[in-house]
Amino acid sequence: MSRGGAHRAVRSCDVLSRGALSRGALSRGALSRGALSRGAPTVGVSSAGGASSAVGGSSSVGAGTAMVPGARRPGPGEDGGGDLVVEARDLSLRFGGVTSLDGVSLRQHRGEILAVIGPNGAGKTSLFNCLTGAYRPQRGSVTFWPEPGRPTQLVGRRPHAITRLGVARTFQNIRLFPALSALENVQVGTEVRQRYGPVSAVFGLPGARRAEQEGVRRALDLLDLVGLRHRTHELAASLPYGEQRRLEIARALGTGPSLLLLDEPAAGTNPAEKRDLAGLIGAVAATGVSVLLIEHDMGLVMSLATSVVVLNFGRVIACGTPAAVQRDPAVIEAYLGVSDADADADVGDLGKDLR
Amino acid sequence: MRTLFSPARLRTLGATILLGLLAAVVTGPTGNSDEPLRAAWDSIAGVRIVPFLGLAVALWLVLTLGPQLRGPAAALAEPVRRPVGVAYGRRGGPVVVNLALLAIAVVAPLVVSTAAQQSMVNDIGIYALLALGLNVVVGYAGLLDLGYIAFFAIGAYTTAYFSSQSAMPWHAPFTLNPFFVFPVAVLLAALAGVVLGAPTLRLRGDYLAIVTLGFGEIIHLVANNADGITGGARGAFGVPHLSIHLLGIDYAWGIDPLPYYYLLLVIVVGVMIAFGRLERSRIGRAWAAIREDEIAAEATGVATLRMKLLAFAIGASVSGFAGVLFASKQFFNPQSFSLQASFFVVAVVIFGGMGSRLGVVVGAVVLQGLAFYLRDKVQPADRYIYFGAVIVVMMIFRPQGLVPSRRRRREIELSESGVGAADALGAAVPAGPRS
Repeated sequence: MSRGGAHRAVRSCDVLSRGALSRGALSRGALSRGALSRGAPTVGVSSAGGASSAVGGSSSVGAGTAMVPGARRPGPGEDGGGDLVVEARDLSLRFGGVTSLDGVSLRQHRGEILAVIGPNGAGKTSLFNCLTGAYRPQRGSVTFWPEPGRPTQLVGRRPHAITRLGVARTFQNIRLFPALSALENVQVGTEVRQRYGPVSAVFGLPGARRAEQEGVRRALDLLDLVGLRHRTHELAASLPYGEQRRLEIARALGTGPSLLLLDEPAAGTNPAEKRDLAGLIGAVAATGVSVLLIEHDMGLVMSLATSVVVLNFGRVIACGTPAAVQRDPAVIEAYLGVSDADADADVGDLGKDLR
Repeated sequence: MRTLFSPARLRTLGATILLGLLAAVVTGPTGNSDEPLRAAWDSIAGVRIVPFLGLAVALWLVLTLGPQLRGPAAALAEPVRRPVGVAYGRRGGPVVVNLALLAIAVVAPLVVSTAAQQSMVNDIGIYALLALGLNVVVGYAGLLDLGYIAFFAIGAYTTAYFSSQSAMPWHAPFTLNPFFVFPVAVLLAALAGVVLGAPTLRLRGDYLAIVTLGFGEIIHLVANNADGITGGARGAFGVPHLSIHLLGIDYAWGIDPLPYYYLLLVIVVGVMIAFGRLERSRIGRAWAAIREDEIAAEATGVATLRMKLLAFAIGASVSGFAGVLFASKQFFNPQSFSLQASFFVVAVVIFGGMGSRLGVVVGAVVLQGLAFYLRDKVQPADRYIYFGAVIVVMMIFRPQGLVPSRRRRREIELSESGVGAADALGAAVPAGPRS
């Protein structure tokens, strides 16, 4: 595959953010490339300089950034980011000759529920793996704001460090700790920032005991939140599928994320479970956690997402409000196949993402 | 009765008879190279073969009729089993059981011969301690360390270096009481664990096993061949016994094994309590998470590399600690630190029950007890055949070990019901493709 400049049609997908609760009010055309600069005043001043320097001055990053049409003009003295929670720029990921991500850029605003959709093999999970440090992209940067005004470069950090910064995830095929109880699963999450060491643990020093109780308390609260309190002491592997999905979300929330990545949380769940799940995701977002969601179930995407990014063959082909994306001809052609009418039916059945 | 002789069962009968013949040959007279087949023939000819064939048929009967007998056997055992189970389930039950076990451990050496006492210290006690340490690495964190005995050697040679001017050609310019060698040896062993672990713990399963195997062999060979430093194959003589001269306490351990035994008992019980607390802490949970799904653990924020290093260092320091005790108790040479010793500790851990503190101690008692029992009965070289047989049988009928840990038992149950697969290291690998 040629890796020339031809694919540099970077579409920094940015949709006006208005928080999770005011969706539907978007007025902008999804595909207008210049959207960034016209958007909310803070948006244009993201950390272009900071990001490229954090990657060690990689020239490709600079080049990619420069080519974003009408993109950011870093304002002097600005901390960057505005209300962004994460910004991926020009991510490229190849496995040998297979290009999994090809200059993907996206930005997500704090409190937003952003859905990533796309056909199988479009690179959705690869994108997640780049954001969480499981894969290291060959090019591009990921800037994350644990809190406003504190941009942090994620590329090059190990997954656990990224999790501690506040990016938690779930997996497409559930990956719980099967022989640990539901409570213990969540505890692993709630304890990640605890610092007490083996000596305190062995001697049961007060600090360790307090931390332990705090971890249990938070874990139980989270089990309450996801409706699994009655399963507290049951083994993760013995829970029904839908509950395992929710337990995985609780474990991720245990790490105290400001950005939660959900990889097909509704896969394999029944309609009732989907409704519960939508309620849960909405509740999580309402607490101020930004949610980045890979989902094939268009019903869920439409009802939850503030905005949608569409990937195909490792590129962003569209982004915008759910409704706008659904009308987009490129999306219909690449992803939905035939027409809007069949979309809801088809898309729900799409299988797993290729890896 | 007709079904008793179905083809499948006849095949089983053939297999058990072959097994009986094999056992007869193995336990038979030792041959010589002039007449290689003579010994084998002598083993199976004559009346000698009768008990083996009898055992083979008995084994076959148990295997074929066993399932039918299980119900009545359970019914027979019920009057004993139930009260015990109820008592154990009651509040404080486990405490009572543990105290009873402790009482047995306290009284046991008083009723056996001096040779047995020696074995209870040198073999059972030391190996119980080693197994407890390796249990942290293998049982908790799920890392297969086949060179574990190297840290034991480091502890022993450190003791010889610091506590005696004559034990090794190379010695410290001053002499330390072995008691003060403990912290030094523990630190050195932990350091060795970190130095070995830091580059290798990025590797997964099999690779780690190979690297640790190599490390164990390097230490063994250096000990054996560095004549000018370690004394080579002759070993280290004259490391002084432990003694305390502190705060008015004056006590010296000596030739008598009993004081060593009780010292070891205190240490083993202390280590068991400490590791129990560790296992139930965030650190133990992080280890369990790594063992069950390393990728998920990492994504949940567990610093996997650091936690694995911690497990490695803790295991190594226990091993180094045991090395100090071992060196001050008795004469040692590089033979004590061979690969076989490493494998033996792994066998003790797996046999007793990975991840179970009581299990690995019981494993040390049973396997080393077996070794002691066989000492006068069979050729030393043959002993490992019996160990092998015991462990193979164990893995077939009770893969979770003698006294399995709660988590390990769950993992085995899960894998038997088709959820995940408990592999040799106790990891229940989630089904489905990996991301």
